[in-house]
Amino acid sequence: MKVSIEYQALAPIIILLASGVLSVLVEAFIPRTFRRPIQLALVLASIVLAFAYVVINASALVIADPASSGGQIKGLRELAASGAVAIDGPGMVVQGIILLVSFVAALLLAENSIDPQGDAFASRSSTLPGSEDERQFTAQGWLQTEIWPLFLFCVGGLLLFPVSNDFLTMFVALEVFSLPLYLIASMARRRRLLSQEAALKYFILGAFSSAFFLFGSALIYAATSSVSFSSVAVAMENSSQDGLIIPGIGMIAVGLLFKVGAVPFHQWVPDVYQGSPTPLTAFMSAATKVAAFGALLRVFYVAFGGMRWDWRPVMWVIAILSMVIGSLLAVTQTDIKRMLAFSSVAHTGFILLGVISTSAAGLSSTLFYLLAYAFTSVGVFAIVGLVRDASGEATHLSQWAGLGKKSPWMASIFGLFLLALAGIPLTSGFTGKFAVFTAAVDGGATPLVIVAVVASAVAAFFYARVIVLMFFTEPPADGPSVVVPSAFTTVAIGICAAFTVLLGIVPQPVLDLVINAGLFLR
Amino acid sequence: MLLTMLMLIPLIGSIAVFLLPPAKDLLAKQIALGFSLATLVGSVLMVLGLDNSAGGLQHTESYDWIPAFGISWTLGVNGISASLIVMAAILVPVVIVAGWWDAENSGRGNVKGFFSLILVLEVFVIGVFSANDLFLFYIFFEAMLFPIYFLIGKFGGPQRAYAAMKFLLYSLVGGLFMLASLIGLYVVSARELGQGTFDFETLTTLNMDSATQKMLFLGFFFAFAVKAPMVPFHTWLPDATAEATPGTSTLLVGVLDKVGTFGMLHFLLPIFPEASKFYAPAIIVLAVISIFYGALLAIGQTDVMRLIAFTSISHFGFIVLGIFVMTSQGLSGSSFYMVNHGFSTGALFLVMGYLVSRRGSKRIADFGGVQKVAPILTGVVLISGLSGLALPGMSSFISEFLVLAGTYAVNPTAAIIATFGIVLAAVYILWLYQRMMTGVPSKEVEETVSEISRRELVAIAPILAIIIALGFVPQVALNVINPAVEQVQTYVGVTDPEAAVGIEGSGS
Repeated sequence: MKVSIEYQALAPIIILLASGVLSVLVEAFIPRTFRRPIQLALVLASIVLAFAYVVINASALVIADPASSGGQIKGLRELAASGAVAIDGPGMVVQGIILLVSFVAALLLAENSIDPQGDAFASRSSTLPGSEDERQFTAQGWLQTEIWPLFLFCVGGLLLFPVSNDFLTMFVALEVFSLPLYLIASMARRRRLLSQEAALKYFILGAFSSAFFLFGSALIYAATSSVSFSSVAVAMENSSQDGLIIPGIGMIAVGLLFKVGAVPFHQWVPDVYQGSPTPLTAFMSAATKVAAFGALLRVFYVAFGGMRWDWRPVMWVIAILSMVIGSLLAVTQTDIKRMLAFSSVAHTGFILLGVISTSAAGLSSTLFYLLAYAFTSVGVFAIVGLVRDASGEATHLSQWAGLGKKSPWMASIFGLFLLALAGIPLTSGFTGKFAVFTAAVDGGATPLVIVAVVASAVAAFFYARVIVLMFFTEPPADGPSVVVPSAFTTVAIGICAAFTVLLGIVPQPVLDLVINAGLFLR
Repeated sequence: MLLTMLMLIPLIGSIAVFLLPPAKDLLAKQIALGFSLATLVGSVLMVLGLDNSAGGLQHTESYDWIPAFGISWTLGVNGISASLIVMAAILVPVVIVAGWWDAENSGRGNVKGFFSLILVLEVFVIGVFSANDLFLFYIFFEAMLFPIYFLIGKFGGPQRAYAAMKFLLYSLVGGLFMLASLIGLYVVSARELGQGTFDFETLTTLNMDSATQKMLFLGFFFAFAVKAPMVPFHTWLPDATAEATPGTSTLLVGVLDKVGTFGMLHFLLPIFPEASKFYAPAIIVLAVISIFYGALLAIGQTDVMRLIAFTSISHFGFIVLGIFVMTSQGLSGSSFYMVNHGFSTGALFLVMGYLVSRRGSKRIADFGGVQKVAPILTGVVLISGLSGLALPGMSSFISEFLVLAGTYAVNPTAAIIATFGIVLAAVYILWLYQRMMTGVPSKEVEETVSEISRRELVAIAPILAIIIALGFVPQVALNVINPAVEQVQTYVGVTDPEAAVGIEGSGS
């Protein structure tokens, strides 16, 4: 069989991976002092270029499959790389969101003026925490520029993940973006032991879940003699091998639900979110979740769409558990990063409502929610990284008391993000929740929506509690302060805040976009 | 465009006040007052422009907002909502003048913020009463919480953070249940019409089966019952009013809480007629319980602000009672009651606020003999109090009478029981007056309580005048309200029982 490579359709992925390789060469051959600016330019340029390609592809007038949407679809819609990759509307929307979020996250990763010692990463991660070596490298101002090639490979993997059209490509993509994340997670400059512990935990559990995914793929292959989503879907309809198919679906679901952080596969979330360098937490909480949900949607809509009566009850339970446990545990947290981590688990539950709907409305509302949530989440962690005292970030909630008095602007923007996470009207979070809830009620999941509403009420409590703490409490005498960041972080926060407000007040253009994206290519 | 323009006036005012340079506190107050008076003029013109021969929505305007969800910027008023807007527009300048020094006295937060928030609140209040897209209504319904939340949380008393939080959470939870019902309603409309909509007038034409109606009704009713507030969802109100400044309490109880009863009357009855009739007996029982529970707890209070809050819970019981008996007298009585209650409770909160700020205590036991040291102030308290107990001659009497007469026509038992609520009202008001105003003034009262100042009198005089004027010529308001009430009855498909005609004859 002749292997075909559709270069234009695959361009975003190729650009990122090629820049990754280039970035490794930069590390090898460019003197230390020039590396940072060159790497940074390379990263930002490749993300912008890849995004440009996504936009070009999305607006290219190719009418590939008018029947499935009842009309003409604008934009590229083709199987690339001999059917291993499906470039279609929803896939490109997810890619676009990942690239936008990665751009903002790259700005945060590049921030080097909020910590007096340098950026957010250990000066040399090979040194022992607390050792003389570490102290010396830090004093000399060494920077770990190796995060940039890792970051580029990670984004490349994330771009491939949601457009993979067979289980093997998806598994490769999963590993390509996971491995760099495990590494970067261990590289925090402050509280390095915590960071390394988090990375190890993430790695072990992540490897475990990858194994589940692979095992599931093998079972599906055994039952259907195929790993390609569309042929799996066809084969399942006529198959009597339920003994292989049902465990296969279950194991693949475990692998994907681990990545989105759904209960009961969420145990890594609070530890990793807390221990990782905060800019990486911002990136992970948004980009990884978006990509993983993109993949989850594709697998469950395309490959397992015909089996939805079998997996839906399980997804119901998982969605309910995620919403309820995420919200309840968030209430009990005293560390702001852990609180936000549990809130992210609860949001996973809300997004699962859209997945469960298995309808066009379910798909488009999930995409909208992902976009809305991604920017809010990046923004919220960006600000968490700014609240510092002498020993680094001040993440204990009690240290946040009275911040509204010290820095009213930052506290107000943080309040905005929290309101969006709580789903208050006129913020992006509300529009997203509304879209997803509507799709779920339409899809017959009314009880789930009622649970979601109750969980939202619980969630409103802990978000509001932080606002009360910031604005209505007197600041402690030796409390932390909000560091004034460089232009990198300021721009990043500005973009996030703008999306949060605009998607709440004038969501129509983006809603049009996700609705016109159509369905997955089968 | 008229209603949008009316919302723009306070909005511009609020931005102007907010953007003033620091240390321009006096100018901020003057600008806030100016814009609130301009809004008042605008809203009066709006009411004068109403055609009282028709009951439908007027001054309507509609623009697409989020077509993907069938959401539009649809505004329109009928007699009921228009009179509530005017009531709010009168109370805002009154509160601004009465609370001229509240921001400074709280010792926290800035003056500009205080007046800016009040004007923002006015924008949302006009919006919530004129929105006729249910989604838009929901947005304003939720948005209103935040100015109040900050007004309580930043400028309130010692327990302000707790009170603000409790208020916010109760309202948010109520709002979320409304959201769930709203989504359900949207899906029902999408199934029936092909494209979902939130347009109020379109929604009244839906043919929902009664099981769906009953489900969706509950979500909305819960939100409105928390907001109103009705027993047993009322516990946030006494805490909120005890901590808020008197002006904030006036706006909260006088205006915001009306959104609950307004929502029942304007949205619940027309959109869910069958469910409304189904639940009416249960809600009437709840309303009667509210009347008594509120009144009895008011009698037992030692804190004057909490006392007023409980009297309001009792009054809201009357309003809900009038709505769910669904007779024309009950409905127009309730609509008129909403307006009157705004003024009479506002007057009570403000005048008690004057006393509390002088004496530095909200405990009733710390007063006594005020009439000896401040006779004019005592007179103001007396008029406000008599309005609160619905004395004939006061506007509140007319509305209470209409509610009871309207109730008697369909449910004599409830009417007879509720009438005893009036007796309790006399007890809590007169006993309050006796404890605070009569007797021998203590040394502290003599030292601290001074006569009412000119500013304070200017602030409260207009509402007292309105209370008395509407008591003698209620037709001014009822003429505006009645066509809208008939429209509601048409939506629900109820007519007054035969006996009501006779009662109407003997009552008037």
